Amino acid sequence: MSGERKIGDVILRCDNISLSFGGVRALTNISVDVREHEVLAIIGPNGAGKSSMLNVINGVYHPQEGTVTYRGQTRRAMKPHETARQGIARTFQNIALFKGMSVLDNIMTGRYTKMKRNFLWQALYWGANLREEIEHREVCERVIDFLQIENIRKTPVGRLPYGLQKRVELGRALAAEPDLLLLDEPMAGMNVEEKEDMCRFILDVNDEFGTTIVLIEHDMGVVMDISDRVAVLDYGKKIADGPPEEVRANQDVIDAYLGVAH
Amino acid sequence: MARGLPDLTVYDTFPKLLLHHALVRGGQPAWREKDFGIWQTWNWGEVADEVRAFALGLKVLGFQRGDRLAIVGDNRPHLYWAMLAAQSLGGVPVPMYQDAVANEMRYVLSHAEVRFAVVEDQEQVDKLLEIKGDCLTLEHVIYSDPRGLRNYTQPFLTSYAKVQELGRTEHADKPAFFEESAALGKGSDLSVILYTSGTTGQSKGVMLTYSNVIMSARGGIVFEGLTEQEEVLAYLPMAWVGDHIYSFGESLVAGFCVACPESSNTVMHDLCELGPTFFFAPPRIFENLLTQVMIRMEDASRIKRAMFHYFMGVAKRSGAAILDGKPVGLVDRLLYALGRIFVYGPLLNVLGFSRIRLAHTAGEAIGPDIFRFYRSLGMNIKQIYGSTEASVFITIQPDGNIKDDTVGLPAPDVELKMAESGEVLFRSPGSFLAYFKNDEGTKATKTEDGWVHTGDAGFLDEDGQLKIIDRAKDVGKLNTGGMFAPKYIENKLKFFPFIKEAVAYGDKQDFVACFLNIDIEAVGNWAERRGLAYSGYTDLAGKDEVYQLLSDCVDKVNKDLANDPHLSDSQVKRFLVLHKELDADDGELTRTRKVRRAFIAEKYDQLVQALYSGQQHCSIEAQVTFEDGRKGTIKADLRIQDAETYQPLKKVG
Repeated sequence: MSGERKIGDVILRCDNISLSFGGVRALTNISVDVREHEVLAIIGPNGAGKSSMLNVINGVYHPQEGTVTYRGQTRRAMKPHETARQGIARTFQNIALFKGMSVLDNIMTGRYTKMKRNFLWQALYWGANLREEIEHREVCERVIDFLQIENIRKTPVGRLPYGLQKRVELGRALAAEPDLLLLDEPMAGMNVEEKEDMCRFILDVNDEFGTTIVLIEHDMGVVMDISDRVAVLDYGKKIADGPPEEVRANQDVIDAYLGVAH
Repeated sequence: MARGLPDLTVYDTFPKLLLHHALVRGGQPAWREKDFGIWQTWNWGEVADEVRAFALGLKVLGFQRGDRLAIVGDNRPHLYWAMLAAQSLGGVPVPMYQDAVANEMRYVLSHAEVRFAVVEDQEQVDKLLEIKGDCLTLEHVIYSDPRGLRNYTQPFLTSYAKVQELGRTEHADKPAFFEESAALGKGSDLSVILYTSGTTGQSKGVMLTYSNVIMSARGGIVFEGLTEQEEVLAYLPMAWVGDHIYSFGESLVAGFCVACPESSNTVMHDLCELGPTFFFAPPRIFENLLTQVMIRMEDASRIKRAMFHYFMGVAKRSGAAILDGKPVGLVDRLLYALGRIFVYGPLLNVLGFSRIRLAHTAGEAIGPDIFRFYRSLGMNIKQIYGSTEASVFITIQPDGNIKDDTVGLPAPDVELKMAESGEVLFRSPGSFLAYFKNDEGTKATKTEDGWVHTGDAGFLDEDGQLKIIDRAKDVGKLNTGGMFAPKYIENKLKFFPFIKEAVAYGDKQDFVACFLNIDIEAVGNWAERRGLAYSGYTDLAGKDEVYQLLSDCVDKVNKDLANDPHLSDSQVKRFLVLHKELDADDGELTRTRKVRRAFIAEKYDQLVQALYSGQQHCSIEAQVTFEDGRKGTIKADLRIQDAETYQPLKKVG
């Protein structure tokens, strides 16, 4: 299926990242590359530092050591909205949508960084504001069409089942038209059918838009099926990195999952 | 010729009609589709361009006159246009059920010897790829939505846009070809093959000519006074004759606009936005809408609820009479007008029926309560009776004289006759040509002189309206000589919420007797409200109070039947309430929940004997299959109740 899609050069490089909270070392000296158009899965047991890693990439956490290089720009720390402007979007492990707002409005918030006018201007209905709104709405409608959620467009998010909320969250991230998409456990808590749908959408995003995807996932079946490369963390350290088959056979990984005295 | 319709002797095929509309009303909307959250519209001129491009593209790919083009997908304008494109090349479209699994599609594709298939999306492409090896005639698959198909490299796959591109180039070369090709068609040519859904055995390909579809559509249009101003929603399967006539045939004859919903999940919402003027739906859709209304009213505030119930009472009293133009008192008229402002108007608006002039329902019997509900709101809903073999219309209920239990008067140019056995036969301009590659089937259904067997038994009432009572093969005779139509009686009984199933006996017997099954939820609820204690299904079913409750239902049915001169002998004399629910696992029902009368009669022979022997009690031991497959027996002593019967009313005048 993905034969045509070409994996390109490294677009994001994390060098020797170390992050600690007080005395707790969440990440120790981790280096990871992300290549253009690939699907990279980060796996590891609970508390291994997977979410911390995503938070470092999109600028929520600021590592004490190490650098992040994105498209040639090196940084130690950046604010999340700055990374968003650079084309990095993400979803959260616990859904972080506006429950009282409709699906459409939630997805529209994904366009926020692309809006040129401030909210005072936007309070006016006519003229350039209207044109801008229509432009953004068009992008959102494409996302809605893509994710096949037309029937819930106007439904408040709080009334939707969990699996659909996850899909809406993916929609909001897609509305930002990202180059790099970070997905934090996109399939947690889903049933088999919902998982299959989500896998399909992730692969389609990667395929249709060429979006680079970094995802954290616990379901090994899913990880092995959809990712091009897998990085394994354990106790804040990277213990393996490579194609799924290779990682599956790696003794350190097996030990980490089955439990070996440290 | 009805006013405003094109001259159908000149424009006798759909491609000709399309070109005619493009000429006389080129700028008027012809098709709409909701896409990306907005209703996109194509006018007649644009549709003609799209069809031409696709047709010429098909020609470039090698489509020949007489070739079959399969169409698989949800209702999409592009798929309807593909039908027109095939027809304008002298080909025959074969619309197929989009939810059929690959295996079911294999039969139709092979049987119809389809060379070209136009499908909606990846889902359908995948199905065709699965069976392509078995369908030897299939050469090209054309998809309309390219999503997810980027990496499919099969050489026989082409996108709809690509075909149209080929066609546009071809058109530049041969600008006259399309019109010339369309002009070659004649009214007597085959226009479409519709496969029946096959609930009664292997599905049959019903061949309809242009004049079948066009004249039948014309009949519907003239009977109901439809104009080019109508808006309809196309949401029923394209393979179904109902959709083919209502969304395709009638639109092309009258020149009105058809809209396609955004997806099958958004139909109700799109319906509300669009506000069609004419709506066709099977009874279950009207039933679902009514249930939704009732549930939402339960959640409404007390004032709203009180208003709703009060004004629905008013509507029940006078709404239908006002709609039929019958005399109604001034007070009721004023109250009804008030109700229209406060309740009926807003309610119809929520349902998407605020612009509706007319609605049709067909397919099965609609419950009289549901039917009356919509009519009392001022919505002109009518039952029609039809079949694929008739290009839909056989009868339509006439304005001003609607009866719950008849399906109306013959549609224009339709002749009806009743066979000796009670079976309804019809002859009409819409009568199908033949079954495709099935002469035996054709001979069995269509006589030499054009009469078509419907397989349904019925009769004409005193006003000449047709009443359908049952499948002809189930109709029997009582020893008194009266007709016995089990399904008709069972349906009447089942319209009561307390009765889940009914099985009527009477063929070659002196009177009608029946088994009843209680609806455990409805009767259970009823019992709870009365503080009636019961331990389970069997116990509840045997209670005297429950017998009394069902006896009242039977009584009402008997009164009703007594009024009917043909069926007054069919009043239920004796009945019993079964101690267990009839179940498909025990073979008593089919998987589609139809009672298997003969099987039940055999299994409960003891009970049937008891019904006809005058016993007051009968003990029975029945085997049941539990959900996990284990078998057990239930023993019960059933009471047999006599029901009161009534003298038939003498016909007045």
